[in-house]
Amino acid sequence: MTTSPALPPALAEIVNDFQELEERDRLTLLLEFSRSLPALPERLTNHPELLEQVVECQSPLFLTVESEKTDDGEVIRLFFQAPPEAPTTRGFASVLFEGLDGLTAEQILAVPDDMPDQLGLTRAISPLRMRGMSAILGRVKRKVASGLRPAA
Amino acid sequence: MCPGWAVYGRGIMPVAVETNEKFAAYAHPERLVSTEWLAEALAAGATKDGRLVVVESDEDVLLYESGHIPGSVKVDWHTDLNDDVQRDYIDGAAFALLATAKGISRDTTVVVYGDKSNWWAAYALWVFTLFGHDDVRLLDGGRDKWIAEGRELTTDRTEVTPSAGYPVVERNDAPIRAYKEDVLAHAGKPLIDVRSPEEYSGERTHMPAYPQEGTLRGGHIPTAASVPWARAAESDGTYRSREELEALYLGEAGLQAGDDVVAYCRIGERSSHTWFALKYLLGFETVRNYDGSWTEWGNAVRVPIAVGTERGEWPTGN
Repeated sequence: MTTSPALPPALAEIVNDFQELEERDRLTLLLEFSRSLPALPERLTNHPELLEQVVECQSPLFLTVESEKTDDGEVIRLFFQAPPEAPTTRGFASVLFEGLDGLTAEQILAVPDDMPDQLGLTRAISPLRMRGMSAILGRVKRKVASGLRPAA
Repeated sequence: MCPGWAVYGRGIMPVAVETNEKFAAYAHPERLVSTEWLAEALAAGATKDGRLVVVESDEDVLLYESGHIPGSVKVDWHTDLNDDVQRDYIDGAAFALLATAKGISRDTTVVVYGDKSNWWAAYALWVFTLFGHDDVRLLDGGRDKWIAEGRELTTDRTEVTPSAGYPVVERNDAPIRAYKEDVLAHAGKPLIDVRSPEEYSGERTHMPAYPQEGTLRGGHIPTAASVPWARAAESDGTYRSREELEALYLGEAGLQAGDDVVAYCRIGERSSHTWFALKYLLGFETVRNYDGSWTEWGNAVRVPIAVGTERGEWPTGN
């Protein structure tokens, strides 16, 4: 299997990591990602209204994106919140966080919509659940495309 | 040690049923176990010799891996119980492979538990029953109660010794499973819609936050009584007492002893929870779960629906 060249390097590496594994080990890797999803900063946990729910997920997932000025120009910061009882959802949010956080809007918008399918998890987690995962990427891209709230 | 822990001599129920006051009032107390009972059974080593297998069945495919009851095995409703090709449950050969791999023999006592008040656990129990597995029980209160009581969870992989071989038994759907055609033929007999009031009336076509399982039309099957599944459960996820369940289903919903009942929801998991209550706790002989549920009915061609809070009527001539 080959990875689409359009993926940003960090995300491409994650996709490769998944593809190199047997199917059942991919689930274990997703579980590891679910554990490493960073908690929201306090300024956001105290203001749930700043987050948006991704209703396509079976378990509640909330997210927001912010733009941040850095020496390298303007980049996008991603923030996710999902309960520990939803490790699949958390795991996928964590993949997107590690793969996309800190990239430019153009880089994020260029991620192919079928990127979740490239993880090779569809059979292991079922197509229905995969749709929820794809919806998270879709929402991130939509948020980025529709203009960004400046960092507080 | 709990005195109920003796092994039955006749080999019909290898693990003795739990006796307590709450369960004794139910029509089939042998179908439920409490968290205390399970903890004692584990301590007594019942999972070590194949008499008892504990199965976790959750909505989230990774929740089991994040921590499970020691010695339990996972059965996933999507990836284990559904056929890859036909939109149906697996067949007898696939079930035999699954059961064998999980250490289950035909005479094993299976205790199922899961998240979300046992929706998927009840669903898995119902699928085991399609294959005529004799002794399958539900952990009252499920995963959440086990955790709330501070009982042990582990992330250790369960070392399963495959069973000596589960026989290939083909599913017998008719007694407990209704197809769409069965529901059409059921017109005039009691139906229980266990979805939320908003789904029943047609304001919503899916549960809040579950739009991927949406349908074209909102509403309910004509004449169905609305009894949301959660009304059968206490706040800790355990089933309500027999008296309370009778007030709900015989009183409010108007069922009568001996009724032939069909329950449905959106994909058949919440209605498995209600099916269990009607079948085993209240003792209705003929209760079927319509697993096609609203995702099928709300999209089906040439079937009637009713909209609004009233039960509605089947069109004449149907």
